[in-house]
Amino acid sequence: MGTVKIPIGPQHPALKEPESFLISLDGERIKDVGMRLGYNHRGVEKAAEGRTYIQNIYLIERVCGICSHSHSTAFIQAVEEVAGVEIPKRAKYIRSIVGELERVHSHLLWLGVAGHEVGFDTLLMYSWRDREVVMELLAAIGGNRVNYAMNTFGGARRDLDKDMLERILKAVDVLEDRTKYYINIATKETTLIKRLSGVGYISKDDVIKLGTVGPTGRASGISRDARKDDPYAAYGEVDFNVITDTHCDVYGRAVVRLLELMETYKIIRQLIKNIPDGDIAVRFPRRVPAGEATSRYEAPRGEDVHYVKGNGTDKPERVKLRAPTLANLMSVAKMLEDDNLADVPIAIAAIDPCFSCTDRMIKLEHSSGNSEIVTWGDLRKRSIDFYRTQHGIDFSELNKKYRGNL
Amino acid sequence: MKIADKIITWARTKSPWVIHFNTGACNACDIEIVDALTPLFDLERFGVLLKGTPRHADVLLCSGPVTRQIEKRLIRIYEQMPAPKFVVAVGTCACSGGVFHDCYSVKGGIDTAIPVSAYIPGCPVRPEAIIDGVVKLLSKFEADEKKRRESK
Repeated sequence: MGTVKIPIGPQHPALKEPESFLISLDGERIKDVGMRLGYNHRGVEKAAEGRTYIQNIYLIERVCGICSHSHSTAFIQAVEEVAGVEIPKRAKYIRSIVGELERVHSHLLWLGVAGHEVGFDTLLMYSWRDREVVMELLAAIGGNRVNYAMNTFGGARRDLDKDMLERILKAVDVLEDRTKYYINIATKETTLIKRLSGVGYISKDDVIKLGTVGPTGRASGISRDARKDDPYAAYGEVDFNVITDTHCDVYGRAVVRLLELMETYKIIRQLIKNIPDGDIAVRFPRRVPAGEATSRYEAPRGEDVHYVKGNGTDKPERVKLRAPTLANLMSVAKMLEDDNLADVPIAIAAIDPCFSCTDRMIKLEHSSGNSEIVTWGDLRKRSIDFYRTQHGIDFSELNKKYRGNL
Repeated sequence: MKIADKIITWARTKSPWVIHFNTGACNACDIEIVDALTPLFDLERFGVLLKGTPRHADVLLCSGPVTRQIEKRLIRIYEQMPAPKFVVAVGTCACSGGVFHDCYSVKGGIDTAIPVSAYIPGCPVRPEAIIDGVVKLLSKFEADEKKRRESK
């Protein structure tokens, strides 16, 4: 029997965002996976060049609604490095606390989605109900449930007072209890273990080769975490473990995320215990000097990399984002090789994809499949030739006439 | 005929089936839509059911600005829905393009591609606002249907 090609997306019940996969099947077995992205491409990087730094915080925060704090922190860290501004210690702690609360909400969200993809809808309803605890907390801290706008250049925008810190501690107790319950389910529930084990297998060597990041990489035994390897904000001062697992499959990824939640609670408790008094922000110049910087941030999905180039004005010259999903996408094709068609939704969901983070560029290709890079001068020459041959307009004549010899 | 009409209107307003389509959103409105369907807010108590295909749906919940890539697909999905159909623009981006209004790859709000029946602003929209928007849309539909029947 020949191969059958099944398109999935851009609109599909198993996908939460528009992207499309073309899956080649031999019977039930997957032979090849083709991916097509770009439905979510809005042109954030280009838009960032036309806005001031302050306006950019709000734009960059809306790159992704789930890890909004991650993107804004990574961007702000890069800009602060270019400007050479050191932020107060209390601001670093506030950034870390909000970042960790965001990780809690993101991991609980993933747990529910994963449960839904394998037909375990009770898990979805349970974990999303518990997620409301942290959502309410984030709403109380920042005034908004998802885009909290806690960051600004030079520090944090709002302080966390004593009552709020106590409230966070109480919520963490509740969440820890619930997480223990989920860990119990994940390690004892036979149906869940059997459904997830061996699905979406990717070996340690492949993970290194494909540059997989975050919980997906850690579930294949790679101990890679920007919080530990390259401490930013207040992570240098807290004690926590990088959770790894050797299952290399979807089950491993679930275990890593759940155990990571426990580490997160540990981090939050330490941060609240040690939070120093003082200012929450310092003055930040409106114009950022010329220079460039790259900043790393361990988002819930993996390492987020931002690059900012300043040119002495109040607008950046270039902003580049590398979201964790982009690093993980290549591994999805590898994971799905020789798997069943029915495993596609959960294998894709297991990297916790976020396509609004990922869709950063559009690449145009020739119909023959070859792409080429054209220099500006070349492009100019081509357009002049095109108008001369197709429309009989000779720009060189016009140029000579009006602007001298260009 | 009158009674059949009444029953159809009743069924449509008491149990609207919705489909969610992300037209280029940042995921924030999307997770709030799912939030509205999960236990704390529980839209299902109003009979709202999330469906996977546009052919089964009465209401299209769109989140995000319309990107150039998604425009054609959005129109196709809209055309696949059976009439009477409603489109709800969820979030500021869906209403007007929001923070992405001047990006080169963004066309603008949902109404630049398809007709919209209700706008729910917010960045992101709170689940309460989504519930309020859907309920308002349904009561308006009910009133319109009543008017239409009486004028017959």
